[in-house]
Parts: sequence; C-alpha cells; structure tokens
Amino acid sequence: MRYTLRVWRQRGPEESGGLVDYDVDGISPDMSFLEMLDVLNERLVLDGEEPVAFDHDCREGICGMCGLMIDGVAHGPERATTTCQLHMRHFDPAEPIVVEPWRAAPFPVVRDLMVDRSALDRIVEAGGYISAPAGAAPDAHAVPIPKADADAAFTAAACIGCGACVAACPNGSPMLFTAAKATHLGLLPQGQPERLSRAEDMLTAQDDLGFGGCTQTGECTLVCPKGIPLETIATLNHDVLTAALRGR
Amino acid sequence: MAVSGAILFLYVVAHMVGNLKAFAGAGALDDYGVFLREFLSPVLGYGGFLWVVRVVLLLAVVLHMVAAVQLARRARKARPVSYAHRPKVQGSYAARTMRWGGVIIALFVVYHLLDLTAGVLNPNGVEGAIHANVVADFQRWYVVLAYTLAVVALGFHLRHGLFSALRSLGVASARRAAAVRGTALGVAVVITVGFLVVPFGVLFGIVR
Ligand code: HEM
Ligand code: SF4
Ligand code: FES
Repeated sequence: MRYTLRVWRQRGPEESGGLVDYDVDGISPDMSFLEMLDVLNERLVLDGEEPVAFDHDCREGICGMCGLMIDGVAHGPERATTTCQLHMRHFDPAEPIVVEPWRAAPFPVVRDLMVDRSALDRIVEAGGYISAPAGAAPDAHAVPIPKADADAAFTAAACIGCGACVAACPNGSPMLFTAAKATHLGLLPQGQPERLSRAEDMLTAQDDLGFGGCTQTGECTLVCPKGIPLETIATLNHDVLTAALRGR
Repeated sequence: MAVSGAILFLYVVAHMVGNLKAFAGAGALDDYGVFLREFLSPVLGYGGFLWVVRVVLLLAVVLHMVAAVQLARRARKARPVSYAHRPKVQGSYAARTMRWGGVIIALFVVYHLLDLTAGVLNPNGVEGAIHANVVADFQRWYVVLAYTLAVVALGFHLRHGLFSALRSLGVASARRAAAVRGTALGVAVVITVGFLVVPFGVLFGIVR
C-alpha cells in the first residue's frame, strides 16, 4: 500500500520547523506505524537525505519511549495502544497522515518528532518513590493488602511515562501521569508514611516545571495507552487537599 | 475554582427553587421577595440580607473568573506551539465549552440584573412587582429564547463543573466514579429544567 505522510521536520531545538510531505510505498497492513517510518527512513537514507528522527525502544508497548501525534490524536486512532503497537491497517491510504511531535513547553523538540520528556522525571524525583529500607524481597504475604487496593495500585502502576496525556491535554497538564505515579504508591501500606508529602511535592514540581493546570477535561484518559482512569486524579487531589488541610 | 463554584452553585439551586413560587399564584413570588428583604432585618436592616448575599456572590464570581483566567493563561504558556492538525478534542462537549460557556453566562447575568433586578430592560419594570415583571418578560418569545439559551449553557457548565469540582475535592475515587458522573448529570438536568419551567409556564399561559 502507498501512503502520503505530512511529517514535522525540525533540525534542532532552536531551529524552526515545518510539515514536509512524503510518499511511502510498499507498506503492508501488518506493519506498525514505526515500521512504516522505518521504510520511509530507509528510502531517505538511500536518497542521501536526513532520516526522520523519532523515539522508540521496546516496540512492544511497555517502555514508553515512542509517542507521536498522529492526525492530531496522541498515539493515533486506536484506544489503549502505543504508537509502536499501532498497525497500518487502521489507516486509509487515500488520506494523508499528519505526524507531529508532542507539544508542550516543558517538552522541547530535540529533533523532528523527538521531544525531551525529562520534565516527567523531575516530577517523579520530587516524591515518586518510597524511602523504605531496601534489602531482600519480603514474602508476598508478609503485609496483607486488600484486593481492591492492590488492583487500583496496579492499574496506576501501569503508566509507562510516555507523555501522551500531556500531549493531548488542552491545558498541557501532566496530571494523569503525576496522579498515576503518586497514587500507585499511596494506595499501598509501604507508601503510607510519605503519602501526603509525596502528593503535595509532586504537584508542586509539576506546576513549577511550566505545565498547565488540570481542568478534568478527560482527554488524557482517552489517549492513554495504559487506560489510566481519570479517577486516579481524584485520588491524588484527595491527598493534596488532606495535606493542605492538615497544614503539613 | 471548586470552592467559589460551589458557592455559586448553592445560590443557583436556591434561586431555582425560589423561582418555582411563580406557580403558587400571583402574590407568592412578590411575598417571597419581601421575605428575602425582611429576613434577619432586625440585625441587618430591611434588604440587608440581600446585600450580604450580593457581596458574597460578587466575591465568588470574581474569584471564579480570576481562577479561570489563570488556568487559561497557564494553558497557553504550556503549549506555545500549537498542533498543525488538531481535530475536535475527543472529550465531552461540556468540558470543552467551559470557558466560553462561562463568558455567556456572565453576559446573561448582566442582562438579567438589568431586566429583573434593576427593571430597566423589563417591559413592566415595577420594583417589588416581581410576578408581574416576570410575566411581562416571558410573553415575548425572544426573551424566553435568551433565557433558554443561557439556562442551557448553565446546564452544560454545571455538568462539567460539578463533575470536575468533585474530582478536585477528591471525592470521586475509583469506586464512586460512576455515581459522581451520574450525579453531576442528574443535578445539571434538574437545575436546567427547574429554571426553564417558569419562562415556559408563562409563555404557555400556565403562569399568568
Ligand atoms: C428562568 C430563569 C430565571 C428566572 C425566571 C429568574 C428570575 C429572577 C428574578 C425575578 C429576580 C429578581 C428577584 C428580586 O428582585 O427579588 C432574579 C434575580 C437574580 N437572578 Fe435570576 N432568574 C432566572 C435565572 C437565573 C440564572 C440562570 C442566574 C445565574 C446564573 C440568575 C441569577 C440571578 C441573580 C444574580 C439575581 C440578583 C439577586 C440580587 O442580588 O438581587 N438567575 N432572578
Ligand atoms: S498516564 Fe498514560 S498517557 Fe500519561 S504518561 Fe502514563 S501511560 Fe502515558
Ligand atoms: S517503543 Fe516502547 S512503548 Fe512503544
């Protein structure tokens, strides 16, 4: 199959960029979106042109490195799917596909479709951990945890830090990410001692980094490849509010 | 945002319920107006209670707007380069119309105050003759239309506003998510319908 792409090209963080049209031929419906870009890049290299830079690593939907704005939707048209797991059979060859990088002030474009998402690491550094004595893994039944809590914690822990929530949010807010990273710990006994300070510190870090504020529009959940629910944000807010009321 | 919104919400509920007095005969609404002005008058003087409410409302409106403007400006700063291709966002209609919806409601409130509080834009416009003023208003289809548009906009604003405020206040945990969604929608519909029955009651001659 043959596709027309309109790809954002930008040589460096300080350079200005723009959309460039390409035709790619020989695409099978079973190729992933990234494999389709590989085909394009092979041709560009053969033609002596610069290949399109994009992030990727595992290509199996678990690392969180990939992430493209495809026709204005983060990770493309399929729900709960990373860009690397998105297949070309979902695209109509008659329609050009617009490919852009994540757009947010704290995510500067490194080159073409690659952005620097280390701002998300800064949020985690502000409190997304537990200061517990390490050592050998404890027995699984040493600390009883209600099933419902374990399930909610596990749902939140599935976040792969891809940043799609920021890319999709009309406010440019990473609230879904921050909530996932804070509550998966706060819901478990090991995370209790730092629960309130963690919530407050991570939210402060997020705001200081220049992200927008959450207004619960829910765009994030719709594009999240791991389907992190919007309620995760309510759980974080609950902790932030409790921290504020206790005047920590 | 959630707290100032909650104050405005409580006012809207009380106002909607108060308006239903229009169905209790010509004198009821006027008596209710007098009651509101006499309420706590030994302490606050005649009409004093109403002024307390007005000051609280004005404060809440200002805080609500300031918070909205701050959020909008932060959002703009957080995305200096916009997407070249961006279809309509996928989330709810109510969520995406909060900012413009708020502006429409604010403009309506100005018109509404000039109409039914100051009386200058009211076809009858006699102070204290609340029932007669309301009836005079809604004989006109275009006044009914203006009120309907505003109240429907308010309904959307409340749907997302309640939903969002409950989440901001941390109420909507995973277990209660569906209940919160349902409650927000239900309350918004009740308020919208509760407001609209008065203008339409007049238009169809049920309230006269
Ligand atoms: C069908 C819908 C409505 C009707 C029939 C109606 C009727 C009235 C009447 C008769 C008054 C004057 C009361 C008095 O002088 O004692 C009034 C005042 C007022 N209304 Fe409404 N109203 C409606 C909808 C709304 C909505 C949707 C809002 C706000 C979002 C609103 C906000 C106000 C405010 C702020 C005042 C002034 C209160 C004061 O300080 O005296 N109204 N309304
Ligand atoms: S919450 Fe979802 S969209 Fe956001 S970073 Fe985590 S996995 Fe990606
Ligand atoms: S490349 Fe690892 S999640 Fe897509």
